[in-house]
Amino acid sequence: MRDVVALVLVTVAFLTLPLIIGQAEHKVMAHMQGRLGPMYAGGFHGWAQLVADGVKFAQKEDTVPAAADRRIFLLAPGVALVPYLVVLAVVPVGPGQVAVDLSLGLFFALAVMGIGVIGSIMAGWASANKYSLLGGMRVAAQLVSYELPMVLAAASAAMAAGTLNLSGIAGAWQWWWLVWQAPAAVVFFLAGLAELRRPPFDMPVADSEIIFGPYTEYGGLRFAFFLLAEYAGILVVCSLTTVLFLGGWQGPLLPGFLWTLIKVFLLAFVVIWFRVAFPRLREDQLQRLAWVYLVPIALGQLALTGVVKVVTGA
Amino acid sequence: MTTAEIVFTALGVVAVGAGVLVVTTRQIVHAALWLVVSFGALAGMYLVLTAEFVAWVQVLIYVGAIVVLLLFGIMLTRAPIGPGEGMDSGNRLPALAVAVGTAAVLVTLLVRGFKDARIELEPGGGSADALGEAIFREWVLPFEVLSVLLLAALVGAIVLSKGRARTTAAERGSAGPDAGARGSSPGSKGRER
Repeated sequence: MRDVVALVLVTVAFLTLPLIIGQAEHKVMAHMQGRLGPMYAGGFHGWAQLVADGVKFAQKEDTVPAAADRRIFLLAPGVALVPYLVVLAVVPVGPGQVAVDLSLGLFFALAVMGIGVIGSIMAGWASANKYSLLGGMRVAAQLVSYELPMVLAAASAAMAAGTLNLSGIAGAWQWWWLVWQAPAAVVFFLAGLAELRRPPFDMPVADSEIIFGPYTEYGGLRFAFFLLAEYAGILVVCSLTTVLFLGGWQGPLLPGFLWTLIKVFLLAFVVIWFRVAFPRLREDQLQRLAWVYLVPIALGQLALTGVVKVVTGA
Repeated sequence: MTTAEIVFTALGVVAVGAGVLVVTTRQIVHAALWLVVSFGALAGMYLVLTAEFVAWVQVLIYVGAIVVLLLFGIMLTRAPIGPGEGMDSGNRLPALAVAVGTAAVLVTLLVRGFKDARIELEPGGGSADALGEAIFREWVLPFEVLSVLLLAALVGAIVLSKGRARTTAAERGSAGPDAGARGSSPGSKGRER
């Protein structure tokens, strides 16, 4: 019974939190850039903008290009979206409050997140469009480069806590990890953003250049699925960063799950802020950032974590 | 048959079926995608055998990285939609013979070697703790030998890519004053891959 309730809660969270992040993105970007558009619909503060978007997507025709590989084209949005739902099930929101408590939760989360990217690659290839193909290739290149620093940074947190269980890692967190694990936290967060292809790492979908890359040929609900996958991805990356590096539910006064939510949304705000603040990285700059900076930093952090663990004898 | 055995067999059928499709499909991207299904079923089989760690590593490395790299390679060269040319080889029958022969040898070996041996599966037997202790206590020498082998391959890859980069940089260096600066970028890329 508990499992059923927990899974229902995870599904509800999966259906609502990404939408809240999407709505927040509209509003935060509108404020930061002085945009009027998103503040209009529905009157007060443009609250109905997201509803209007949803109605618009649902009304649009679901077209498949004649030259496309039909089955893969139709399958791709699902492949992009579902892995994030599955990952959400192993993220703890409070002590013992997790839908599925895997002893290898961290490994599971990283492994399954990698599958989502295949959805974008499938979309890029199956669209039979040269912009989409370019975008798909960039997605693949980006994943291959950023997977390594991400896993290394996560490994550092797992080493510090001495477990791969996500609840265990959040439970073992101490405040001074904020300093000790800071480089790993930054690397993990940046690599996570790159895996999601969020700005400034949005070369694969660069809308002003290759017209949304793999998603060029998509419209209506299937395109909305890709957008939803992006916001669900933000949720997953932010909650993993929270659990690994910010102590998850730990915090004074307020109940644990509230702290988790606060930290996740603060990080989500940073993600949105990045989009407004930074210009898009060029493809070579992207690769350079990963291999010249993030990988060495992650390796150094791993060595530091190991040394501190051995010296303190923990 | 227990439930675990039924699930295991079903996953095995999926893995083998997807594997057959990988080599028989006439679309090269479909082959890579069927490989995902095959690897996924294999990961499921590891899970049934309580080898959780190996299962997730299988997903992370093979599905998440190897297949993505394969797809990248295919898309970089040519990725026609619809049946591609050159997907048929004249060596089909010999290849079939070799594959069936290898499978027969392996199956015979396994059946003769482990005919009545049964392993009692216990939950947690394939956890990270158990695996880590086994590797770093009991099997540390093979582990180190393997890591030296991998290191040698890595060094070899770097030497190969660097050597080529130096010649291209030298060739371009004679072409113009700013060519040397550009010539260094393929070198750095080669090292990254």
